[in-house]
Amino acid sequence: MSHLLSGNQAIARGAYEAGVTVATGYPGTPSTEILENTVQYKSDIYCEWSPNEKVAFEVAAAASCAGARTIVTMKHVGLNVAADPLMTLSYLGVEGGMVIVVADDPGMHSSQNEQDTRNYAKFAKIPVLEPADSQEALDFVKLGIELSEQYKTPVILRTTTRVSHSRSIVTFSERQTNPRTIGLKKNPSRFVPVPLWAREMRKTVEKRIHDLQAAAVQSKANRIEWRDKSLGIITHSVVYQYVREVWPEASVLKLGFAYPYPDELFKQFAAGVKELLIVEELDDFLEEHIKALGIACKGHDVIPNIGELSITTLETCRAKMEGRTLAAIPEPKYAKDLPARPPVLCPGCPHRGIFYALGKHDVIVTGDIGCYSLGTFKPLNRLDIILCMGGGISMAQGLDKAGEKRKVVGMVGDSTFFHSGITGLLDIAYNRGSSTLIVVDNRTTAMTGHQDNPGTGRTLMGEPTVEASIEEIARACGIKRVFTVNPYQVKATQEVLSRELDSPEPSLIVSRAACPLWEGKRVGGIRTIIADKCKACKACLKLGCPAIDGAGKKPVINKHLCYGCGLCQQACPFDAIVNLSEEKK
Amino acid sequence: MSSQIVSVVLAGVGGQGILLASEIIAQAAMNAGFDVKTNEVHGMAQRGGSVIGQIRYGKEVYSPIVAKGTAQVLCSLEQSEALRYADYLAPGALAVVNAQQIIPVTVSMGAAQYPDNVEQKLRDQYGRLIYFDASKKAVELGNIRTANVVLLGALSTGLDLPLEAWHKAIESCVKSQYVELNLKAFEEGRKMV
Repeated sequence: MSHLLSGNQAIARGAYEAGVTVATGYPGTPSTEILENTVQYKSDIYCEWSPNEKVAFEVAAAASCAGARTIVTMKHVGLNVAADPLMTLSYLGVEGGMVIVVADDPGMHSSQNEQDTRNYAKFAKIPVLEPADSQEALDFVKLGIELSEQYKTPVILRTTTRVSHSRSIVTFSERQTNPRTIGLKKNPSRFVPVPLWAREMRKTVEKRIHDLQAAAVQSKANRIEWRDKSLGIITHSVVYQYVREVWPEASVLKLGFAYPYPDELFKQFAAGVKELLIVEELDDFLEEHIKALGIACKGHDVIPNIGELSITTLETCRAKMEGRTLAAIPEPKYAKDLPARPPVLCPGCPHRGIFYALGKHDVIVTGDIGCYSLGTFKPLNRLDIILCMGGGISMAQGLDKAGEKRKVVGMVGDSTFFHSGITGLLDIAYNRGSSTLIVVDNRTTAMTGHQDNPGTGRTLMGEPTVEASIEEIARACGIKRVFTVNPYQVKATQEVLSRELDSPEPSLIVSRAACPLWEGKRVGGIRTIIADKCKACKACLKLGCPAIDGAGKKPVINKHLCYGCGLCQQACPFDAIVNLSEEKK
Repeated sequence: MSSQIVSVVLAGVGGQGILLASEIIAQAAMNAGFDVKTNEVHGMAQRGGSVIGQIRYGKEVYSPIVAKGTAQVLCSLEQSEALRYADYLAPGALAVVNAQQIIPVTVSMGAAQYPDNVEQKLRDQYGRLIYFDASKKAVELGNIRTANVVLLGALSTGLDLPLEAWHKAIESCVKSQYVELNLKAFEEGRKMV
């Protein structure tokens, strides 16, 4: 039976078929849908959203040490958070298979950088598998579990946005069973990396990578497709698909298992073709090594190493290599005059209220990763620096201690607070900081598509659970001034904010209102602008709400888009905005 | 080889239902016995931003991404977005465009202008254009959210897939209580051509 699945859905199916029993992760585009789809097998697979990637990794790692088959999922930058356990799990190794699924984002569709995860495989001395479509995504999870158990090593499965979010046809198989009895076998020299034993483990890692190199040469995940031999192309991931369309006649070495490097395949392929070209997305992970083997090739001298590749890009590269000029595809005639349409906070978004309130103060705001990152754009224009998950809190302390003249406000979301904001908060309390911190708690991990987190009272498996309290955590960290506001109430929010900005002590404000998109209902009645009362002052447009159409002389509210949050009504100095449902009464 | 591949580009504003439309087209092509690949945008780009979805089908499809200048059909859920992605289309391609305008925040705050005479520009850009208010049709049918499927009905006239494949695709992609409504929306769209 054939199914049309995204790469992420196929990975979930692969985990099921491989006999995985523990699946963990932290949401992050483009990886999120993997666990969201794995949970459909919850009678066979325990699934959890962990508070962050490091925790997710450690949960899966220990389960694998005890013999369970596991996957852990995250986006590329998530592996930075989990890098500490990664580097040493390589030494411990595993018993049950463990696949670390990492989704890269070439082109930065939804990310702050475009780091290439293949480097982590080399750094940690473990194998990396790279599927080129959904069928391979499924098959490679199973291959990863197999390799992991055979060589007692964790395995990275690296996808990219175009693999994770492209759909193609997949065939299903039966679920395999893991023959192991689960339980950590007491063996300190195997599982405790104190220097005495870690030195021995270090030697094992080196031998393992040597053995895996032979496995990569033999692996069915790597294949040579002989066609015309005047040009041979070594490629990987979804880029293989583009190569097949741009150079349909060329011979190809397609790598699905690129590290440890299958040197013998490189040599054999290079010897069989007249000219060799490496077409890889992002870093010169292959090219640098192939050149070090003394094999002449072209690579990033002709193929861009910034952003994602495409058929269009590669056609241009091919033309250049062949000394041809390609007839340029004309820019769309009317596109240059089109208004930009960047992502924005949704109509009814509670974050808008807090940004609107912050807009009245001359402060510096350190932000974080989430929907509220969008508060950086005009007209809200209220975030000044973003670095990474949790950084919204700790960077406030940094600016403060550096002597920033303006008051510093640190902002994080609810999921981000639990992810890595708490340690920054401890720092501010412990080291006598003075920042005002705002946790924008919309009761869900919204940007990635509404996942549960430790504050929502629900698990990924749908069970009710304890709700962690941001206020109580803050107090326990030593923050004395802790307040909660409803960001839809402009005046009350403004009062608390003004007071806390003047406080010499650190304080934490929880701005709490559920994401209406997640709730699936409007916040209140649809608002409308009474044209006669409207003085066209455009105060409402400062909210940057997509439901308010400001193209004409006087703004108009689109009733299909309005979520009834009422912020515009409160922002209007002339009472020209009313609640339609109240008007009717 | 790639000349036998049919490529469709969907354009619109995040949240308009591009994901479902793309799923239905892909499923219809699969029902008709073709190899299919699609690509959609998730995450940050979805939040009211300009988005595209891509579908390719044929005997054997490699790339899920449409190369510029090669798509046979463009379907846009918002009228000005149809002007943005014109470079994806092959000469003589068909454009199916919803006569709806969604004003971006950049226009509301005065940093940009929404284009005027959009219909005229569309007619100038596309030799083959189907342009009508699918959202209005959808409201008449009782649910504005079916505008995407109304457009699919119009689009289906430009693709060589049997009607039965479309119907089966709608039945498998839409929640059971909305199947009838969406089949009706699809039929209405076909009538607009």
